[in-house]
Amino acid sequence: MTTFEAILLTIVTASTPLLIAAMGELVAERSGVLNLGVEGMMAMGAACSFAAAVTFDSTLLGVFTGILAGALMASLFALVVLGFAANQVGSGLALTIFGLGLSGLIGAPFVGARRDPVAPIEVPGLSDLPYFGRLFFGQDLFVYASIALTIVVALYLVRTRSGLRLRSVGENHGSAHALGLPVRRIRFLAIIFGGACAGLAGAYLALVYTRFWSPGMIAGRGWIALALVVFAAWRPAWVLVGAYIFGAATVLQLHAQAAQFGVPSQLLSAVPYLATILALLLLSLRHGRAIGAPGSLGAPFVPDR
Amino acid sequence: MRFELTPRANVSPVARALAPVAAFITSFLIAGLVIWLMGRSPIAAFEVYVTQPLTDPWSLQELIVKATPLALIAIGLSYCFRANLWNIGAEGQYVMGAIFGSWLALATHGTEAGFWVLPAMLCLGIIGGALYGLIPAFLKTRFGVNEILTSLMLVYVAQLILDYLARGPWRDPKGFNFPQSVTFDPAATLPPILETGRVHYGALFALTAILVTAIILGRTLFGYRLKLTGDAPRAAQFAGFSARSTTLAVFAISGGLAGLAGIVEVSGQIGQIQPSISPGYGFTAITVAFLGRLNPIGILVAALVVALTFIGGESAQILLRLPLDLTQAFQGILLLCVLAADALVSYRVRFVTRGGGK
Repeated sequence: MTTFEAILLTIVTASTPLLIAAMGELVAERSGVLNLGVEGMMAMGAACSFAAAVTFDSTLLGVFTGILAGALMASLFALVVLGFAANQVGSGLALTIFGLGLSGLIGAPFVGARRDPVAPIEVPGLSDLPYFGRLFFGQDLFVYASIALTIVVALYLVRTRSGLRLRSVGENHGSAHALGLPVRRIRFLAIIFGGACAGLAGAYLALVYTRFWSPGMIAGRGWIALALVVFAAWRPAWVLVGAYIFGAATVLQLHAQAAQFGVPSQLLSAVPYLATILALLLLSLRHGRAIGAPGSLGAPFVPDR
Repeated sequence: MRFELTPRANVSPVARALAPVAAFITSFLIAGLVIWLMGRSPIAAFEVYVTQPLTDPWSLQELIVKATPLALIAIGLSYCFRANLWNIGAEGQYVMGAIFGSWLALATHGTEAGFWVLPAMLCLGIIGGALYGLIPAFLKTRFGVNEILTSLMLVYVAQLILDYLARGPWRDPKGFNFPQSVTFDPAATLPPILETGRVHYGALFALTAILVTAIILGRTLFGYRLKLTGDAPRAAQFAGFSARSTTLAVFAISGGLAGLAGIVEVSGQIGQIQPSISPGYGFTAITVAFLGRLNPIGILVAALVVALTFIGGESAQILLRLPLDLTQAFQGILLLCVLAADALVSYRVRFVTRGGGK
């Protein structure tokens, strides 16, 4: 395998968790709910999946536990913002703080443990093609699942009746409610979906990307996923593009650190965060204010009778 | 089963004041449950977290020391939150204030520089925090970039800059390669209020900030303007209040106070630059601000209460081997409960089983 190939492969690995988490958040936000708890849900997904995978020595079980943990965290958020109509920004932030703390508690006994790499899927013949064989035909299952997820979400939002209902709830919950749509039920399901995706993204980080658990391992990826949704103007295809741009930036930054150009490593580590700010700025410069944002995003909903 | 929310016609001020207390008790019960699930005794934990710090004079001083940065940052954040602006990057502004102020401390290190060093450091801290806070504000007012994400991203950047300085240019050459700067000169150290005590002058700064804020919010046009901008942005616009200048002002104030907290902590408490100078004060202060209902006196009380969880967390780690993460988890649950309690005050919540109700 050439270095070029290796870099391409790591870019895919670095982009996949961002893509999965951002896709979940996109669905939640299209239903009108801003969940700033992605970072916390990812941390919980990572800690719980790793704990389960080590305890039962099963990656599959670990992945399911991660998804479940993310969904449970999301249901807590849903209870507060839908049940009690609490402030979404504050509640999401609280969920992140809570998730980072609780994941530390759950992961503590597993610090230092390691998992074996997950075997990639091999397609005889095709995987051995030069340069791009491994890239397209030698990835792990999660990578293909994340691409499938993007396609399914894109089709769901635009082509299905249920997707239309979800979008209309997000655009104007007052009108949707007047039309008889179950606003809070739709939002509840969207939030849970977002949490499950964040949990899966966390599981991917712990079981495939790093293959160990350490506190702080999410390192702002949840926030970057949130930024990706804005960057993509709430469109699934652009989330895919954005996730891969950010994945590439992260990987190239790591390679630059290894190459030691005489630039402080901290400056290179700051690249993904600065790039996020820059991307949001460029987007605003091009389109003006928050293009594509669902009309009711972040507004608490209290049904009148 | 579903929830039904009915707006309450009139909310008694007693209920409003009691809501955070109820939230605090609820989160304590949840934390107790978590500790019990971990196979530890919740009662022993309660003793270490609450009873011991409150009965030991040394801990009581420590409580004020820890509450100082929390109160300073939270009082600044209350300006933003009142105007419905989400500065969640106070941790970065805190770090940047510490960096700006410490620059002077290190530049004058070993010289005969006099009494002016400390006040100048504090001013630089305020300026550094305010400038750093103005970045997301400016991006928002000028380009319409969401302030939540930019202010948060800048936290990571500030922490990396601090890390670079502590390991690189500012490292003490005689420090056996430890990533820390020289210890500040006495002229650059914030002294304790009482000779033998631990509580330094930062506590007075926090009290001053609280008093001044109480006056600004209750008695001035600017305070009214914040409230109007937050509660009724369109009305504020018609009243001629510029949303842009409000945004810049509240971010500068909250950034400045966070920066002050940072330099106060470094010069009064830590005494040198290290790669990490905060156990997450900037994020915890968000909980403090809401627990205090964005009210200056409420924030004072909330800062003391939340500082207790830091001290309790530290001793629980030593005495009960409970990880420090428990404190963070508790603070998250506390914020969730506070926000939910706010809703419970404004709405009557009924559980309706299917078929019941309307």
